[in-house]
Amino acid sequence: MEEQEKLARFQERIDSGQKIEPKDWMPERYRKQLTRMISQHAHSEIVGMLPEGNWITRAPSLRRKVALLAKVQDEAGHGLYLYSAVETLGVTREDVINEYLEGRAKYSSIFNYPTLTWADIGAIGWLVDGAAIINQTMLARGSYGPYSRAMVRICKEESFHNRQGYEIIYTLAQGTPEQKQMAQDALNRWWQPAIQMVGPPDDNSPNSAETMRWQIKVESNDVIRQRFIDRTVPQAHAAGLTIPDDQLKFNEETGHWETGPIDWDEFWRVVKGNGPCNRQRIQDRINAEREGQWVLDAAAAYAKKQGKKQLTLTE
Amino acid sequence: MSHVKEGAHGILWEVFIQSKPGIPHKHAGNVHAHDAEQALTNARDVYTRRMEGVSIWVIPANLVTASAGEDSDAFFDPAEDKVYRHPTFYTVPEGVKYL
Repeated sequence: MEEQEKLARFQERIDSGQKIEPKDWMPERYRKQLTRMISQHAHSEIVGMLPEGNWITRAPSLRRKVALLAKVQDEAGHGLYLYSAVETLGVTREDVINEYLEGRAKYSSIFNYPTLTWADIGAIGWLVDGAAIINQTMLARGSYGPYSRAMVRICKEESFHNRQGYEIIYTLAQGTPEQKQMAQDALNRWWQPAIQMVGPPDDNSPNSAETMRWQIKVESNDVIRQRFIDRTVPQAHAAGLTIPDDQLKFNEETGHWETGPIDWDEFWRVVKGNGPCNRQRIQDRINAEREGQWVLDAAAAYAKKQGKKQLTLTE
Repeated sequence: MSHVKEGAHGILWEVFIQSKPGIPHKHAGNVHAHDAEQALTNARDVYTRRMEGVSIWVIPANLVTASAGEDSDAFFDPAEDKVYRHPTFYTVPEGVKYL
């Protein structure tokens, strides 16, 4: 009974727009859902560095290279904000990272696609960050304080990612026929994964009802996806590119762009671990942890030694 | 065997940033580090990549004592009924200035 009352009070707080903070009482399911979402989100930021890092040394100019470096560095920072946010829920950073490296946690499926050409770097910034910003602007209004504050920070930083991506695509699209073809080819390959990335349709999204009741998410996947499509289609047209969907049409009445069928079988296939790069992405992260271990060991040893020195100084 | 050992990333530090000279440091978030110096450089890289600060404080998170969120009503209760601590509680005769 007491539990029931707590739950009712909790829901009241949420409904009145109050943020929930780490030390407040929360239902176990709320804690679980958030732990799952925030850690997946953190892993996604970190794994997202891999497909882009792939092109840093081959960026076509210094301008492009410093921008890409800064973007990838931002993604590392975003991963850290989010790992900090998930730790407030009572799990350790090491635990959640291990879950991911052992294949027990998910991350955004879109990073399981390869970056085959330079135009793919443009497509990621334009499409992937574009969809992410729309999703994260919504999550910034969510009920859990630390997650919502991390989202505010991330959104502020991410608008540069989105613009740098579009600039790359737009520039290629105005270039030689080969360059334009490269931009179109990237759009062709990234379009479906991009419109899938905000999650499955509302009628087949197992967690949505609960996360929306608790305002962890304040808008549904379908709403977010449609907003992304409506914003992105005109941007493609402005660059002279064609959205790879022959059923795409503008509905004058609703004011929305309507797409043909979305390939959800593909989405679930990649979520379940069978995309083009799933295994490689996890292996690369495992290697990074292993190869970086000596840095952590050295930092720990140094701190220990310094700690001893400081003690003798104060004695 | 797990890939990352417990505590491998050091302890948790709370990060406070002063965005301009002359104003208070404000809580920005936290970082993991093995010592204070590393915590400072990590905080710089994580929270001030766009000139957001001119000074950073870091403090081990376990040294922070916080009032409990749920009991906050009772904790702050002593100040609740003391309107006489505010200037608007007092009446000033018409025409009297600089009060």
